[in-house]
Amino acid sequence: MAIASDPRPLVSDAARPDAARSEDYLWTLNFGPQHPATHTTLRLVLKLEGERVVDALPEMGYLHSGFEKIGEHLTFNQYVTVSDRMNYISPMANNVAWHHAVEKLLGIELTPRCKYIRTIIAELARISDHLLCNGAVGLDTGAFTFFLYGFYQREVIYDIFETLCGARFTNSYTRVGGVSQDFTPLVIEKINTFLRTFPKTLDDMERLLTRNRIFVDRTKGVGVLSKADAINGGASGPVARASGVTRDLRKDDPYLAYEDFDFQICCASSGDCYARYLVRMQEMRESLKILRQALDNLPGGPVNVGIDQRTALPTKKQVYSTIEGTISHFELSMGNRGFEVPCEEAYAATEAPNGELGFYVVGDGGESAYRARCRPPALLHFALFPQLIRGHTLSDVVAVLGSLNIIAAELDR
Amino acid sequence: MDTTTFRGQTRLVVPAQMSLEVLGFLRDRGFDLLVDVTCVDYLEYRGAKQRYGMVYLLASTATNQRLTVRVFVDDPEPTVASVVPLWASANWLEREVWDLFGIRFSGHPDLRRLVMPEEFTAHPLRKDYPMQGRGERHNFPILTREDG
Repeated sequence: MAIASDPRPLVSDAARPDAARSEDYLWTLNFGPQHPATHTTLRLVLKLEGERVVDALPEMGYLHSGFEKIGEHLTFNQYVTVSDRMNYISPMANNVAWHHAVEKLLGIELTPRCKYIRTIIAELARISDHLLCNGAVGLDTGAFTFFLYGFYQREVIYDIFETLCGARFTNSYTRVGGVSQDFTPLVIEKINTFLRTFPKTLDDMERLLTRNRIFVDRTKGVGVLSKADAINGGASGPVARASGVTRDLRKDDPYLAYEDFDFQICCASSGDCYARYLVRMQEMRESLKILRQALDNLPGGPVNVGIDQRTALPTKKQVYSTIEGTISHFELSMGNRGFEVPCEEAYAATEAPNGELGFYVVGDGGESAYRARCRPPALLHFALFPQLIRGHTLSDVVAVLGSLNIIAAELDR
Repeated sequence: MDTTTFRGQTRLVVPAQMSLEVLGFLRDRGFDLLVDVTCVDYLEYRGAKQRYGMVYLLASTATNQRLTVRVFVDDPEPTVASVVPLWASANWLEREVWDLFGIRFSGHPDLRRLVMPEEFTAHPLRKDYPMQGRGERHNFPILTREDG
């Protein structure tokens, strides 16, 4: 069916029904699970007719680690370390998503400062994710310099995270009802420096690739996803927005502090790899706008929910210097005390860099979730892959795969 | 049918034999996006009457409303109707539920395991499946250098 929608004329025996019946002459090519262009461990069985891809069979599960099962055994605060390892390209966004769902279940209202801080780190995570995703699309289609520009800026964001919480990659930054560390003046200064220097790099990156003839030829009209297919197939995030679905949870279902900011949703209508690239590039600029507004209006006051409510772990200073802090920390760490968890279930989703990242958390009154379902955006995007690649050439596989930004750790969990 | 609300989220409990009809009705009434299909095993849950609770998270791209549809099924042979005819996105989501919970979807075009290997016999997200210690490795064929 996708063969017909291919913009290029397909002169292929495989398109003829009588030839398609005997598929003996079709090549079968095993792509992955260990291939540099799959970026992670996923496998595609491609049926080729010359260089044309007639069909693709995606296989997954090579990185299945039972994250949802582990989620039923770790406490709400411990599980954040596992959420880091889902989409490890932007771990901060996963941290925010997990505790967003937990707080919805527990009914915790965050402090204004915490909302802003989480918004800032989520947007930094979005920028770093888009940098790598677009960089990888460039890399796979032959633009190595572009990738290095992006990765250098990712280093700067890693550096901010390291200053913030001590970890570069697996941050585990959020806590129930708060975050592990408050912003220090140094962190704010580093983010400000990033905000000053990054737009120039972004301009350079756009000049390098956006009108590059080779890149445009490789991505334009490749892997076209129509708006109806995007909705029917459950696509979300930049993939859906590049197909004209104007859905962004930051606007449509505002969480954290997104209601306070002035920013725009980036959409395209052509739905090809090039549109997905453009949407991601533009989203980074919108993220910068959010970051600037959030930093300028960062509220003061406490970052965590107060120790009297017994919902957030108190800081080290509170534990060692106040009796309330000691009691609160002791009770929250005890198995039979802890949080007051309702015997209820809640779903909360965030607009992660890749799309709608949601958690369906079931509480049974205990200290850990009864069920911690993660709704990964990559799973639904990967299911769309055969539809996007049919009729294109083998070299387009990497362009489509890269533009969907499938992270196997999040895909398989 | 039973409707409850928790923290602003509306849930609708639908009898298993009516699930496809109701979900089709909801899709035609504007819930055009199937966000997620998942399942909860209520084996050890206090007050639960039926063991498996399917969760369909619906959303509307026009109005941004959300709705959770619950369908409860029980052992043995838990089966619900597949919603792949309504939403293409249900295909892999239902395969994952079959893989990890062992719920059969009648009318599914391609009900294979998704994340576990095909030789796997158990359904690991069920509550009676232990976190560790079962040792599934003996179920797999051992390939030696001579076989290769």
